[in-house]
Amino acid sequence: MGTFAIEAHQLVKTFGAARALDGFDLTVETGQIAGFLGPNGSGKSTTIRVLLGMLRADSGTADVLGLDSWRDAVDLHRRLAYVAGDVSLWPNLTGGEIIDLLTRIHRGPRGSARRAQLLERFDLDPAKKARTYSKGNRQKVALVAALCSDVELYLFDEPTSGLDPLMEAVFTDEVRRLREQGRTVLLSSHILAEVEKLCDTVTIIRGGRAVESGTLAQLRHLTRSAVTATTTADPAVLRAAPGVHDLTRDNHYLRFDVDDSQISAVLGLLAQVGVQNLTISPPSLEELFLRHYGDDVGPAADLGKAERVR
Amino acid sequence: MSTVTAPPRAARHSASSARPGSTARPWTGTGALVRLFLRRDRVRIVGWVLAIGSTVAATVPALEATFPDAASRQARAAILANPSAVMMTGPGFGLENYTFGAMVANELSLALFVAVAIMSILLVVRNTRAEEESGRTEILRALPVGQFAPAAAALLHVALANLALALAVVAGLVGTGMETASSLAMGLATALTGLVFGAVAAVTTQVTARARSASGMAVAVLAVTFVVRGIGDVLDPLGSWLSWLSPIAWAQQTRLFVDLRWWPLVLSAALAVVLLLVAVSLAQRRDLGAGLRQERLGSSVAASALLSVPGLARRLLRGSFFGWAISLFVMGVAFGSLATSLQDMVEEVPEVGQWIGAGRGDLTTAFGAAMLAFLALGVGGFAVGAVLRLRTEEETGRVEAMLTTGASRLGWAGAWFGVVAVQAVLLLLLAGLGLGLGVGAAAGESGIIGRITVAALAYTPAVLVLAGFALALLGWLPRAASLAWAVVAWAVFVGWIGALLDLPGVLAGLSPVHHTPAVPAESASAAPLLVMSLIALVTVVAGLVGFRRRDVGA
Ligand SMILES: Nc1ncnc2c1ncn2[C@@H]1O[C@H](COP(=O)(O)OP(=O)(O)OP(=O)(O)O)[C@@H](O)[C@H]1O
Ligand SMILES: [Mg+2]
Repeated sequence: MGTFAIEAHQLVKTFGAARALDGFDLTVETGQIAGFLGPNGSGKSTTIRVLLGMLRADSGTADVLGLDSWRDAVDLHRRLAYVAGDVSLWPNLTGGEIIDLLTRIHRGPRGSARRAQLLERFDLDPAKKARTYSKGNRQKVALVAALCSDVELYLFDEPTSGLDPLMEAVFTDEVRRLREQGRTVLLSSHILAEVEKLCDTVTIIRGGRAVESGTLAQLRHLTRSAVTATTTADPAVLRAAPGVHDLTRDNHYLRFDVDDSQISAVLGLLAQVGVQNLTISPPSLEELFLRHYGDDVGPAADLGKAERVR
Repeated sequence: MSTVTAPPRAARHSASSARPGSTARPWTGTGALVRLFLRRDRVRIVGWVLAIGSTVAATVPALEATFPDAASRQARAAILANPSAVMMTGPGFGLENYTFGAMVANELSLALFVAVAIMSILLVVRNTRAEEESGRTEILRALPVGQFAPAAAALLHVALANLALALAVVAGLVGTGMETASSLAMGLATALTGLVFGAVAAVTTQVTARARSASGMAVAVLAVTFVVRGIGDVLDPLGSWLSWLSPIAWAQQTRLFVDLRWWPLVLSAALAVVLLLVAVSLAQRRDLGAGLRQERLGSSVAASALLSVPGLARRLLRGSFFGWAISLFVMGVAFGSLATSLQDMVEEVPEVGQWIGAGRGDLTTAFGAAMLAFLALGVGGFAVGAVLRLRTEEETGRVEAMLTTGASRLGWAGAWFGVVAVQAVLLLLLAGLGLGLGVGAAAGESGIIGRITVAALAYTPAVLVLAGFALALLGWLPRAASLAWAVVAWAVFVGWIGALLDLPGVLAGLSPVHHTPAVPAESASAAPLLVMSLIALVTVVAGLVGFRRRDVGA
């Protein structure tokens, strides 16, 4: 286990009566790409802004790259790059000027090859005034500036909102490249496919608390696969089997969910019963998230949380 | 379940609203928008109405206390012939029998008209171009709201604000026993002048795509009309042909409380209508969000000068700095050139010398000093606006972008303030130079040019106190930072009509400009300047400390 690029413990941040962060924990190992997910208003941007030292946590600790994020903010900023969730650019500067301004301490020569390459890949005209850029192009200005910066840690707050699929692919590609170079990335997103493609670990925040955290594989294990089968036999034996949930039967068409740990046992039962056809779909990340985003995370789910969190 | 019924409902809704949104009914939704704007601006409008209404209501009793008898009023009338007084008041009707009514009309109305013009400009820009720039107009226009509705609503809204203000003025006058007809006329003149400048702003918001330049252009128009009528009134005490070119003069030419005539107000009403038609026709020629000019391409690489906090500050403040530089210089020259009429005046009316302080030295210098104080207020306005730009940078999240590029919070706010301070000093010098050139040319002595220019520097501490107060608010009460404008407004009030109202020293003393010695007429005594420099320093340090310890974006 390597060192930690981000270590936040028991962060609490209140805005008046509202508790945006309520004892939030987050650790990201150096060299990892960490996904950061949660419903709207759950505290993702607030967390990132605490990690940047823009907001001062009411309590808890936030160490980033071994520095205290509030006290050592300036030193810290020299070693990271950040793309805000809500990109706002100076309307009467050009995209190129803004990129140079935002990368002024990370890069020497303004005409660097990397800058030109990124402008080309993102298909961005740097001579246009920021006022005249579309939303996606404004986002690209911020992304090019961040990706141009040769730093240890990259914080992206919903970096691809507004990007077209082609540009999203370019971004994915660039992040993979950062991983190859051993950089650390924290990426908040609502696009699950993107997280699934890119991230080594995922943290899910809800109501200012971490409700899940671990590698994707670990998270998958906590879930159930969906089974559909066609059979003429009586499924009673299945209904009684451990690990089988929500079994429904419509004529000969059978559906149920099964705990991944019980799959082989259930397969045995199915073989005994006899089926004409069978599909087992692995849990999609989407289902996992919806369970955590939706309102039906009842006390039972919260009880289960203790074991699920790594 | 609700999702099942939602689509048909939405479909029906959009079908019925498709037509009104098109050109057939371009005004649809105006009423709802007016209500929205009134809701948004209610505190602002009430603030303006209360401030102006209470000023008017307080003026009459204050005048009665300050000028208890006819002799004192006649003495006051005599000094109004002095060009610097004419500049700041207006045509002198009824000076031969100087009643309270004539005093109110001559000495209060100009300040009133300028205030209402500024209010109208700010309200119109705020509800039209600023909304459009932020993209909120687009949200509104996507609702069943007609093409002209946002602009029409903004103008109705400003008309209502002006109406409220006019009522406050009338109430303030009639309530203190002034003649009814002239009081009504003054209320109407106030409202119509406000509307004219609201309409000017409606035009400038069409011309440029940026709210800031739109209000800048409209205020520049106001400044020009102010100076034009001033020079016109100096040429002829009852108003020359030049005065008649300025909409502000029309309101004054009603000869309130002296020999009331209503017809000049027809000119104001007509101009407001014409300007509105111009605005509407310009609006049809452009796209939502765009100005009339197309945006040009810029440089694709940043110049090295931009790549630092002071560099960025200079760049972002460039427009405002040059705008103020040109205005202050031109105003300085224009004011200064009025010094010609000084000499004749003194021969005719010896009291003039007494008023601008005969004991303080030569009359020309005294005149220069009076005008310099006025120009310094402009520099104070620039400085406060420039410091408050930090708040805009913060609200839009751009401060965070700059801070994550390695600027410290101290470096950011400190360097920005430093740039503002340097630019304010440059503006003071420029205003002094303009004034010196004007006075020097008019009075035929070149020595005064240098003296007035250097004297302008004496206002540096006062300007820095204003700017420092803005920074302190930004550090500790960021959401209330725009309160800094209240201090500027107070300083203008004290400088302009404070003497007329004979304000108590404590109140007048809240204006830093008030404490600055009247250089070059008085000698620049060091004590007040040192104290103010110290206060400025304390406010700046307090502001920086506050900004360092609070949340960014709070
Ligand atoms: N400056 C502020 N003042 C008051 N409340 C705030 C402030 N900033 C954030 N909040 C509140 O804190 C909570 C968390 O907000 P945050 O922006 O972190 O959510 P988020 O997870 O980034 O949501 P989204 O996915 O919509 O971006 C929200 O309830 C929000 O209303
Ligand atoms: Mg967010």
